[in-house]
Amino acid sequence: MAEYPTPTTEQEFAANFAQIKPLMSNTEALYESSRCLFCFDAPCIKACPSGIDIPQFIRQINTGNTIGAAKTIYEANYFGNACGKVCPTEVLCEGACVYNLNDQKPIEIGRLQSHATRKVIDSGKHLFGPGPANGRKVAVIGAGPAGISCACELRALGYAVDVFEAREQPSGLTLYGVAPYKITNAEALAEMDYLEQQFGYRVHYNHRISTREELQRLEDEYDAIFLGIGLGATNALLLPGEERTNCVGAVEFIEQLRTEHQHVAVGRKVIVLGGGNTAMDAASESARLGAEDVTLAYRRGKGEMGAYGFEYDLAKGAGVKGLFNVAPVEIVGNGKVEGVRFIRTATLDGQVQIVPGSEFVEPCDMVIKATGQAKQTGFLHLIPGLQLDGKGRIVADTRTGQTSNPRYFASGDALNGGAEVVNAAAEAKQTARGIHEFLSGN
Amino acid sequence: MPDLSINFAGIKSPNPFWLASAPPTNSGYQVMKAFDAGWGGAVWKTLGVPVVNVSSRYGGVNYRDKRLIGFNNIELISDRPLADNLREIEEVKKFFPHHAVIASLMVQSRQEWHDIVRDVTNAGADGIELNFGCPHGMCERGMGSAVGQEPEVLKTIVEWVMEVARIPVIVKLTPNISDITEPARAARAGGADAISLINTIQSIVGVDLDKFAPYPIVDGQGTNGGYCGPAVKPIALNMVKNCAQDPNVRLPISGIGGIENWRDAVEHILLGASSVQVCTAAMHFGFGIIREMTAGLEQYMTEKGFQTIYDFVGKALPNVRHWEDLNLKYQVKAHIHEDKCIGCQLCYTACEDGAHQAIRLQEGTRVPAIIEQNCVGCNLCSLVCPVEQCITMERRDDATEHLTWKERTEAGTIPVTFNDDRAGGLHHWVPEPVAALGKERHKTLPGKARALGSPQEATVSAPTATDVLSAS
Repeated sequence: MAEYPTPTTEQEFAANFAQIKPLMSNTEALYESSRCLFCFDAPCIKACPSGIDIPQFIRQINTGNTIGAAKTIYEANYFGNACGKVCPTEVLCEGACVYNLNDQKPIEIGRLQSHATRKVIDSGKHLFGPGPANGRKVAVIGAGPAGISCACELRALGYAVDVFEAREQPSGLTLYGVAPYKITNAEALAEMDYLEQQFGYRVHYNHRISTREELQRLEDEYDAIFLGIGLGATNALLLPGEERTNCVGAVEFIEQLRTEHQHVAVGRKVIVLGGGNTAMDAASESARLGAEDVTLAYRRGKGEMGAYGFEYDLAKGAGVKGLFNVAPVEIVGNGKVEGVRFIRTATLDGQVQIVPGSEFVEPCDMVIKATGQAKQTGFLHLIPGLQLDGKGRIVADTRTGQTSNPRYFASGDALNGGAEVVNAAAEAKQTARGIHEFLSGN
Repeated sequence: MPDLSINFAGIKSPNPFWLASAPPTNSGYQVMKAFDAGWGGAVWKTLGVPVVNVSSRYGGVNYRDKRLIGFNNIELISDRPLADNLREIEEVKKFFPHHAVIASLMVQSRQEWHDIVRDVTNAGADGIELNFGCPHGMCERGMGSAVGQEPEVLKTIVEWVMEVARIPVIVKLTPNISDITEPARAARAGGADAISLINTIQSIVGVDLDKFAPYPIVDGQGTNGGYCGPAVKPIALNMVKNCAQDPNVRLPISGIGGIENWRDAVEHILLGASSVQVCTAAMHFGFGIIREMTAGLEQYMTEKGFQTIYDFVGKALPNVRHWEDLNLKYQVKAHIHEDKCIGCQLCYTACEDGAHQAIRLQEGTRVPAIIEQNCVGCNLCSLVCPVEQCITMERRDDATEHLTWKERTEAGTIPVTFNDDRAGGLHHWVPEPVAALGKERHKTLPGKARALGSPQEATVSAPTATDVLSAS
């Protein structure tokens, strides 16, 4: 018996994927905000990649100035609402809350943050606007957390901004890559609408920039170009049988899930390969789609997984089982996936070594590969003089985000190799300042 | 098993907990219910010529998520006919002959006082309380606090009452006066048997920021009300103490003001009260709070070995002294128990901004350190610390010396000129004013500082699990 019944309607889908950080009511927000100690030089702020003045916005919520709270949040992070929901707060702000050291529940900072920003989004209240036009234009490639954050900040500085987005809708990972129980599509899009309304940048959807000619046009028409392109498809495992039907990439699986909900077919017995947060998401999602048996297979020990502990707990809570110290050798089957041939591993001096003769086949009817995403190096090589590091990441100035091609700037996953929404939002805001510095000379 | 019963100026009650004269004692129904729940006595909602009340009568003061730490009302005395009240008093006494029913009264003329005192006595009331405290509505008509604020008038009215009173008479005092002992002495001079205090404090509990009107709002407007609830306890305790210590008062005191649990009651008793009255807490939580109050009091008395309430009435009074009698040689200093510290640094910022700059931050840890030479032992850090027993105040003098301000004054060793080198503040350092500039601005304005771009702090994001994964 599966942990979750297979959802067949939007209501059943919503029930299986119930928000783990649901919206706070006013009363809940009042009680929770009352608990904040207002620490001096607060550890939560330091733990926030976007440096939101958390005690300040919590105090504002507590005094009935929710609009002011939202302003405090957005001044530091344009993805304030999404971050409140999708951030791994357990290891960031909430993990740093001093209450943890007193065996008390940390303040629910993420939910308070979403509460305040949601109020403003729902009200449509005008908090921000574009700065006086300075006559300069910037092209932003990618309408994800990096691209949109950069666009907002540039608009505030008076730039005309065109955002080019390959997909149909904005917000990137937040809409296409985050587990549905962390944020709903409606929530992610509402924040995007709000920001677009406030700042007035133009987004060109279904407009993928992929050729040298298109880049040339941008270089001709714009004073600077911002790369917020994120990562590409799931890395190939280069294993025999990988092409079999029902052997899919986690990123692709999650994107399909976010756009098609209960219409996504999941296997009865699913094996998820990987030990990172995306693997946890894919496993948890498979279970919530009604898979009877979901196994996480990781080539090292449980304690060595890259995933946050709370993410693994969440997956276990959905009925996911762990299979550790196994490396996939082959995806077996006959046209369709019928199992994964594993070989057992042992870790010696930090190195994973296979145990000879220990092969076995774990039957399944679906394999989800959560083994990292490829960098978009093919595209990046179209940019003259753009330097990449050994892992295919864009090399840029850590303060200004300027790349080795001075008119190109970058932030987010394409630069940092894959991090949280909050990292991209924070970096891009800073990079926008770098662009301004470059174009205005101050 | 300690004995909780009292004999308050001749009024007997199974325990010292009485409901104060207020909405909870508006009817026989409520008083019966309270006695049934365990209350020892009740002071009936003030009787007189029935009033007409407004709708919208109470206002609250909330602190963060705590409701009604303060409360005010603009309700007047009983709006029910006297006959109805008298009949119900009689009925309550029939069911509860050993409980205390005290009739609160407020009328004007000598004849009215005589009549109503006889009426409530005939109805079976165990005592009378004269309401000389109500600070709103009635005082404008020459009653309530208008009487309590004029000791001579108060004395005269007490005398009128005593002319006919056959049961104990308590005078309820208003705190809306500079020296509470003046009306207390007048009550004694007039022949009263006891006093009760405090009545409510004249107040405006809040102003509606959108309607520009004080709470509670009556059709867009409001008026000053009577303030009570937990927030007024400190004021009440001080006034109870003042009356209890005054050699010219020497009357039993019924303590009122901010009592909502056994601890509050014990505090009132330790400062001289021998019965306590409760209103706001009953209005907030219902009569059921009496179970916690009696249980707590019983437990406390058992632990302290007190047989009766009278074993500890006024027990703290000898330790309440004038400032000039306190030992200037006593010295405490703050001590931070590092193992308990959670690093909120509230003590640091409190001492830095609100006290004597005697706490410093340390490299590599969020646990602050006390600068011993600058610590004046003010307690502030220990008061703001959110962790139990994390900051304690430790005695540093050897307890062999005792010198008071009074003694120093007599010995001629007090500072007397503006720049006297005997000034207390000369023995710890005070930072130079300019040292404050820019010191912590970046820490107290992090969001904005970040928004404006602080190049020196800018870095790329830290590696995450995804990084680790793709690298492995």
